[in-house]
Amino acid sequence: MLRLALRRLALAVPTMLAAATFVFLLIHLVPGDPVDVMLGESAARADREALRRTLGLDRPIAAQYAAFLSGLARGDLGRSLVHGTPVARLLADRVPATAELTFAALAVAVALALPLGLAAAARPGTWIDRGSVGVALLGVSVPSFWLGPMLVILFAIDLGWLPVSGRGTWAHLVLPAATLGFGMAAILTRMTRASVLECLAEEYVRTARAKGVSRAGILARHALRNALAPVVTILGLQFGALLAGTVITETIFAWPGLGRLLIDAINQRDYPVVQGCILAIAAGFVAANALADVANGWLDPRIGAAAARARP
Amino acid sequence: MRPPVAALRLRLGATIVAGLLVVAAAAAWIAPYDPTTQVLAENLAPPTAAHLLGQDKLGRDILARIVYGTRVSLAVGVVTVLVSLGIGAAIGALAGFAGGWVDEIVMRAIDVLLAFPGLLLAIALTGILGPSLRNVVIALCLIGWTGYARLARSEVVRLREREFVEAARALGVPERRILVRHVAPLLATPMLVQATFGMAAAIVAEASLSFLGLGAQPPTPSWGAMLNDGRAFVLVAPHLTVFPGLAIFVTVLGLTFLGDGLRDRLDVRRPTEL
Repeated sequence: MLRLALRRLALAVPTMLAAATFVFLLIHLVPGDPVDVMLGESAARADREALRRTLGLDRPIAAQYAAFLSGLARGDLGRSLVHGTPVARLLADRVPATAELTFAALAVAVALALPLGLAAAARPGTWIDRGSVGVALLGVSVPSFWLGPMLVILFAIDLGWLPVSGRGTWAHLVLPAATLGFGMAAILTRMTRASVLECLAEEYVRTARAKGVSRAGILARHALRNALAPVVTILGLQFGALLAGTVITETIFAWPGLGRLLIDAINQRDYPVVQGCILAIAAGFVAANALADVANGWLDPRIGAAAARARP
Repeated sequence: MRPPVAALRLRLGATIVAGLLVVAAAAAWIAPYDPTTQVLAENLAPPTAAHLLGQDKLGRDILARIVYGTRVSLAVGVVTVLVSLGIGAAIGALAGFAGGWVDEIVMRAIDVLLAFPGLLLAIALTGILGPSLRNVVIALCLIGWTGYARLARSEVVRLREREFVEAARALGVPERRILVRHVAPLLATPMLVQATFGMAAAIVAEASLSFLGLGAQPPTPSWGAMLNDGRAFVLVAPHLTVFPGLAIFVTVLGLTFLGDGLRDRLDVRRPTEL
């Protein structure tokens, strides 16, 4: 188990390095001179030179890259051009809000998808099965930036049950988490249904049935645990989409997280903060994938053993 | 026997998509007003007989903007799909046909790109390149080709070992000609199905980026940008939010039905997720 975790951690390093390289290159993709873009063409020559030095843009690109990576290793992501504060501190201030939203959305998705997928697989072809397909289709076709405002109109304005936006109490979390989690719930429902159906067709289920295990017992003890491995994999893979989706959800609900910080930084051309936000979101995603793999090894020891041995 | 639901879906999807194409082509005749004409005295006016879907913050007709927005959505969708499909199919087919280290390098590069959520990459790229529809298309193509490349590669690897390729090779047909004349045409069907889903994804991505202010700039009527405008007035003028979202929903539903239907009808294996 520990070996698998360590091995998986080692695999995450090159992915993170790729993300860091992409983020480093971003500033060189700025059309024209990034210093001009940030300060405007009318800025004094001295100011421009000073900013160029601060960003390290006056040095050769290899030296910039080396400085960027070594700064990263020390947790130094530069300073915000707008606020003057270290980017790392800005990120640290915002991470809790984004983490709260993401995990709440994940909880919404799992709480909706597992029972629905399981019920659909237990009674294929019935109204509940067809209903789950309908929900899944809605989840894929309704974009979050429409679902969110619609939920606000219904639950916050017409019914007055929940706050419109902002962060604070539990009530503030409900609509953003539902908005962000719904799309993932749709994908997970389909996956759970397919995975449980596949398990129910296995030999061991027939054996259990022959021994007289009840329908519920088969579903809970035999089908669900075995069906969970692919579901957890999808969970890990979709976690990235969920994290990227926070940018939109945080914009809808004025949620003070990383996504909001990213969009504000883009609008203010505060490139060090843009880089930091993208790196932070990518890191969360890489970590989630690694965690999903480790969880799979725990759910299905065969996967764990194979992965610990065979992975290069 | 094909279940009737699947046939119905295909027909419904095709009807919706055909309807959208007509709306986009005939926007000038269908739209009741010019999409950019402002009537500031009537700003945020709710739906009336004269303005069926109401007016936005500058008094522009929302129906007219949604009708013209169809053009923006479909144009971004079609261009993104054509460019990414062209690049992706070429790279994927070559990698699959060449095999060996070429294949290895291409596939690893795709793995790295696919390791990150597409929306985040698109936000990063448009945020850096500057907000505009052109940059949205560039960002979506830079990300979107990978899905087609994977599909093309897996199809080519599967086809490469088939008898008709062996036969052509035995007859002395040059490798390049085998790829272009014998293998490539067989990619058309799975690519068509993938492109239908890809179009839906591109339209949602454009709307997402425009919603974040990174895509279409005023006064271009983009559904995502309209939703962004509506955000500030959701308390007083919910019609600004309801209708553009409905347009996106119907479009994505239509393309999803069409893609599902085509896949069933043409008997294509389920494409890998884009």
